[in-house]
Amino acid sequence: MKIHEYQAKGVLRQYNVPVPRGEVAFTSDEARQIAEKLGGRVVVKAQIHAGGRGKGGGVKLADNADDAAKLAAQIIGMTLVTHQTGPEGRLVKRVLVEETLPIDRELYLGIVLDRKRERPVLMASSEGGMDIEEVAAKTPELILKEVIEPGIGLMPYQARRLAFGMGVEGEAVKGVVAAIMALAKAYEATDANLLEINPFVITKDNRAVALDAKMDFDDNGLFRHPDLTELRDLDEEDPLETDASNFSLNYIKLDGSVGCMVNGAGLAMATMDIIQHAGGSPANFLDVGGGANADQIKNGFRIILSDPNVKAIFINIFGGILRVDVLAEGVVAAAKELDIKVPIVARLEGTNVDQGKKILADSGMNFTVAPNMKEAAEKVVALSS
Amino acid sequence: MSILLDETTRIVVQGFGRAGSFHAQQCKDYGAKIVGAVHPGKGGTEQNGTPIFNTMREAVDAVQPTASIVFVPASGAADAIIEAADGGLELVVCITEGIPTQDLVKVSFALEGSKTRLLGPNCPGLISPGKSKLGIMPGYIHKQGHVGVVSRSGTLTYEAVGQLSALGIGQSTCVGIGGDPIIGTKYIDALKLYKEDPDTHAVIMIGEIGGTAEEEAAAFIKEHFTKPVAAFIAGRTAPPGRRMGHAGAIISGGKGTASEKVAALEDAGIAVAPTPGDMGTTLAGLL
Repeated sequence: MKIHEYQAKGVLRQYNVPVPRGEVAFTSDEARQIAEKLGGRVVVKAQIHAGGRGKGGGVKLADNADDAAKLAAQIIGMTLVTHQTGPEGRLVKRVLVEETLPIDRELYLGIVLDRKRERPVLMASSEGGMDIEEVAAKTPELILKEVIEPGIGLMPYQARRLAFGMGVEGEAVKGVVAAIMALAKAYEATDANLLEINPFVITKDNRAVALDAKMDFDDNGLFRHPDLTELRDLDEEDPLETDASNFSLNYIKLDGSVGCMVNGAGLAMATMDIIQHAGGSPANFLDVGGGANADQIKNGFRIILSDPNVKAIFINIFGGILRVDVLAEGVVAAAKELDIKVPIVARLEGTNVDQGKKILADSGMNFTVAPNMKEAAEKVVALSS
Repeated sequence: MSILLDETTRIVVQGFGRAGSFHAQQCKDYGAKIVGAVHPGKGGTEQNGTPIFNTMREAVDAVQPTASIVFVPASGAADAIIEAADGGLELVVCITEGIPTQDLVKVSFALEGSKTRLLGPNCPGLISPGKSKLGIMPGYIHKQGHVGVVSRSGTLTYEAVGQLSALGIGQSTCVGIGGDPIIGTKYIDALKLYKEDPDTHAVIMIGEIGGTAEEEAAAFIKEHFTKPVAAFIAGRTAPPGRRMGHAGAIISGGKGTASEKVAALEDAGIAVAPTPGDMGTTLAGLL
């Protein structure tokens, strides 16, 4: 689960990571009040779940409170397009109004899971403020890494090694080390997947401050963090995907014309592949899970059909222990209830598969039953074009 | 022979609730030697002839298991895995999905240097057809034989097995390694076992987008594995940056694409099925 920058800074503040003073505003009036309270020059930053906001025109400097109100009025309500939003962009509904700082150096700090080591790794680089993937590709020696062991956590010597490795000197060292330790603690305590500070700055008066903050939490760990769950912003998610997740369905919208309903993620991907191989294009990825009950089937159909591009539906269920006759009854009931007009090609496998096929055939509805994936894909592609 | 599991494997079920007891019965019906269950609070009772224990230590003392299968819910699954390792079991199969990544980091740390092998989590388990089943896969689609099946996916594995059996090609042991970013047994670990198993004559490996496990397996096969190998990679049509169900199945920063994986596999001399409908026939072509 992703959260906004201002929310991430709120979380980090709780773990004693130094962040700039600032608050979120939903209106230009609120922005003015916050800017007045902060005093002096402020920065107004669009809050959306995507990077590249500055280049897209979503981050502006204001000399005074009036200016901040004016800029907030421009940014709130704008559709911000960045390299991470896709061409359709994202509507900005809130801004962060924050103090500006006298910056001396910009560094990079990030914590992610290293799949090979099976441990979180803290990455640090003197090349802050840049695209870190580009730094990693061009100058990998400028990215320093320390492995965080479970239980022990990041040790101070590791934080010192990173600080000195980035060329931090004098007065600033202590603050940078403390901030690195605090970040590692925040990452662990919140079940984060990703914690990225780019840039992490050292000010002219030698303070270490997280100038930006990006946090992404492990969905599987959220049950331990009801307070973090409240930070979810549904405006930032695809409404259909949110709808699906409420029924334990994993749905991702794509741009083809063949709707897919499959059990299991691997089989769902394979189904998309075989549709394309047969000359069609999948309208979605939909995994109904290892089982699949009548309610899920019904809502799966509803969500697939809310996409007007869907011209035919491919049901690919390898039930295994799941009884196919029960599943088929669910499919027929849902198709009747939702009055489905588009043709449906079903490929079913599992216990009681013959009864299941008979239930579909006898339903009087527009079902085509196919004996295997390949034939099913060919049939559904023909029906969709 | 087979790998990891046969009719002599003594199994304890961890988490004997509704799902755990249902699947345990399915395994038993297939021929698995279920010798007990661990379910804190139910110790001292019995269900369908299976004695239940409060702790793994008690189960180890009483029924000498060599393997366990974990159905404990996600919040307690890591604890169950580490408890099984503490009991000295050789194999722990974790079916549970949705375990927090940090818990799996702890599992990884706890199992380092231990003799316990973890399979999964978030996997269908494994089966040695005709001998024993330690998982949630439908037993009847399998056929005893000489092809090893190793896969990150659940139902896609059933699909591959179904195709093989329909062609009359039996399997030695089918292993689902799971789709999470951190897993116990990896492709290479399974391949090492297949390499030493005289009863496995060929292997089919089923992968998907995300991570680099398939590329590493391809490099291992190129260097060390002489039995014929077929493969399939799911997710050729998956868009980058979107997580396709499995936490591990995501193309990020241009890495982990299907085409990269297919290229690595083909370079290692592996026959890659062009579509998921051709997995069985691709393997058959190697025999």
